[in-house]
Amino acid sequence: MPPPSDISAPAAHSTPARAGNPGDRAWGWGITIFGGSLLVVAGLILYELGRVAAPSWGQLGYFKFLFSSAWDPVQEKFGALPFIYGTLVTSGVALLIALPVSVGLALFLSEMGPRALRAPVAYSIEVLAAIPSVIYGLWGLFVMVPWLRSSVEPFLQKTLGFLPIFQGPPIGLGYLAAGVILALMILPTIASVTIEVLKTVPPSLKEGALALGATRWESIRISVLPYARPGIIGASLLGLGRALGETMAVTMVIGNSPEIHASLFAPGYSLPAVIANEFAEATGDVHVGALAALGLVLFGITLILNAIARILVEAVARGPKGSRA
Amino acid sequence: MNRLRWRKGVDRFWTVVSGVAVLAAVIPLASLLWLVISHGAPGLTAGFFTSLPTPVGEPGGGVGNAIVGTFFMVGIASLFALPVGIGAGIFLAEKGDGKLGSIVRFTAEVLSGVPSIVIGIVAYGLVVSHMKRFSALAGGVALALLMVPSLARSTEEFIRLVPSALREASLALGVPAWKTSLRVILRTAVGGIVTAVLLAVARAAGETAPLLFTALNNQYWNTDPFQPTASLTVQIYNYAISPYDDWHQKAWTAALVLLLLVGLLNLVARFLSRNRLQGAPR
Amino acid sequence: MNAAQEISPVNSSPRRPVDSLDTPVRVSPEGPAPVVAAEPPKLTVKNLDAWYGSNHALHGVNLTVPPRSVMAAIGPSGCGKSTFLRCLNRMHELIPGARAEGTLLIDGQDLLSRDVDPVTLRRRVGMVFQRPNPFPTMSIRDNVAAGLKLNGIPGNHHEIVERTLRQSALWDEVKDRLDASALSLSGGQQQRLCIARALAVQPEVLLMDEPASALDPIATAKIEDLIHELKERYTIVIVTHNMQQAGRVSDQTAFFYMGDLIEVGPTEKIFTNPSEKRTEDYVTGKFG
Repeated sequence: MPPPSDISAPAAHSTPARAGNPGDRAWGWGITIFGGSLLVVAGLILYELGRVAAPSWGQLGYFKFLFSSAWDPVQEKFGALPFIYGTLVTSGVALLIALPVSVGLALFLSEMGPRALRAPVAYSIEVLAAIPSVIYGLWGLFVMVPWLRSSVEPFLQKTLGFLPIFQGPPIGLGYLAAGVILALMILPTIASVTIEVLKTVPPSLKEGALALGATRWESIRISVLPYARPGIIGASLLGLGRALGETMAVTMVIGNSPEIHASLFAPGYSLPAVIANEFAEATGDVHVGALAALGLVLFGITLILNAIARILVEAVARGPKGSRA
Repeated sequence: MNRLRWRKGVDRFWTVVSGVAVLAAVIPLASLLWLVISHGAPGLTAGFFTSLPTPVGEPGGGVGNAIVGTFFMVGIASLFALPVGIGAGIFLAEKGDGKLGSIVRFTAEVLSGVPSIVIGIVAYGLVVSHMKRFSALAGGVALALLMVPSLARSTEEFIRLVPSALREASLALGVPAWKTSLRVILRTAVGGIVTAVLLAVARAAGETAPLLFTALNNQYWNTDPFQPTASLTVQIYNYAISPYDDWHQKAWTAALVLLLLVGLLNLVARFLSRNRLQGAPR
Repeated sequence: MNAAQEISPVNSSPRRPVDSLDTPVRVSPEGPAPVVAAEPPKLTVKNLDAWYGSNHALHGVNLTVPPRSVMAAIGPSGCGKSTFLRCLNRMHELIPGARAEGTLLIDGQDLLSRDVDPVTLRRRVGMVFQRPNPFPTMSIRDNVAAGLKLNGIPGNHHEIVERTLRQSALWDEVKDRLDASALSLSGGQQQRLCIARALAVQPEVLLMDEPASALDPIATAKIEDLIHELKERYTIVIVTHNMQQAGRVSDQTAFFYMGDLIEVGPTEKIFTNPSEKRTEDYVTGKFG
């Protein structure tokens, strides 16, 4: 082969171009438009939600809407309190159960479990996350609820029945059932985010504790958990956001009764459940509007929770604060 | 010495606690899978996949129209969601380090946490409230809105897995940046993007809540996008909350079909992502 | 990460028949400009400055490289040698916040100016990277032809593939499996494939950024042999962390330290009789 010819080169190469050729600019603009379209989608979601809810604005005062417990579409009485209460109680129960289990799972998978068991357990968690919620509802309705009614609730009544939350007839369907099924459903979310957070803990922290003669648990308690705490809180908030918005499984086991009860055994209602049950057959614009307004409340709560959760998780991922240098 | 034994005991105690946590998660899972299979399998006949639902008490019948409806609506959703979701993901991976990028990324994160029932209301507002009827299109739009944010984030992550060394190699050959993105980076990430799409499709196929008042339901075959349409998930729900035992049986069988469908999509997705990028230079 | 390779057995191994320091050097050691008078320089760098954000990484570098010769850039980590190399085909522009100012002439034509599309420059100045980076989705053949195909250059790609694979001493090892994945090759073969890929677009200058640092001793020896052959046709600038390698492959050596070009001259002079104390300290192993 002849050496690269210097004579022919400039002719072929010297076409001057402004920095960034037209192809680059077109590509850059094209993908930016796609990226921006995500913001348009977000705007659209907010706008449509407001628009559908609008007919209820004039009819209901904000205060009355949020803090009245009367819900009677026929008489156009719309009070959101039973649903807000049911949503918060079931999600709270779910978090109370799921958080320790998830952290235990995450520690098992990242620190304590026998290595041979870690992969199958991790795989099970993935399966748990992939199961559609209507199947959880089906299982909850036909397997878990009867079990709660016949074993768990009588047991709780016998042992802890002096607490108002464990009083009343054990029906099965109710806040407790919804809380337990939600716990199962948000467990993969909390566990997987917690594992991610634990991975960001510098191994040197743990090794430092171990080198001082700490046991494995002590090294976790002293060095790993404090470091990961904001991230675990973030993971819990993400799970909580999931629980608040979960519809089908809750609708199928909560009992669907727009009342407020102190007992966890009593049937209740949640924000997503009432939307799911009444929206398709809503009796008029105001009813639709009131349901959409419930959706807006739900949207607002989950939005704030998710934003806080993301910020917390990322704060851990970014690394230690100055004090930990 | 005693103190040490105590500390070791504490250590063992917490190890056991973490094992109990594993059981608390795995036992319900096993129960759920086993019951769906054992209750569902007896009803699993060829006719179940091909027939229309029958009224209570009438033997036979299936969820053929609901299976078709699910595929139909997921198809409509993909039509909208894939270009926007993948496009936004490419943007995030290629130009996502700036201010607009972080705003878009944060929006995607937050949107993917919006409850699906709320998205159902949005699709109702976008489609049903204007057309004055429930339709497959409305269901598809709802599913599309659910798919876009998570698709954008997972597409971004798969593109970012492509080693930057490949971009450098291509640019150093005098290939323009846009061609490098399109023909080297995206070409390499394509398996990952297919994985992201399959996972998004699997999730959409399992959604119920946003379909309840957008696509509603339909007892008959339907492939008209402007008519109410059945779906596997809504059918399971309706069967499950009915008071009839033979419908409960059908709910279990339909749940098994849905589980197989979702499981298959997930398996293919896992297989594809495992084979991708193996041995690629870091 | 480079500490290990400095003490790798390559350095002391007597596998090469020609000891580097005996390699004839075209310029007399005492000549002020390391350029053969008869031939104009292929590459001229004037007052090249580079910054990463506010960090002034390269301070007013001036040097020339004669055609068909090898220049090695050496110096401790962070001395600016890699920055220098990246500026030569404007790959530094990929790093956010990086910028360079100065003049880069190839055959007297300025290619660092804002008016010149970096794409134009990069077709004339090819680059081989520290780690082999073949395109994982392409076959061996398509990897070699990648630059031609992606740039839409028509012609007989098959012939070019064979020619460049022969030039990069890989043809005999891969001629029977050109359609196999590039990832089926060993690391050293992958690196020679990357050299072939860079040669296929017919550059005039070849930049090599520590091309053997990720390779074992035998593969390293093959790459070094290859550099000897390639300089018959190409002008080569190689960054290396490994002074013995610089001694073996280069005609001229440039020593960088803390962003300054301390000294540039014939390799033999730099290694045996440097004018600068810092150069001497470095090549004799007193630091770095």
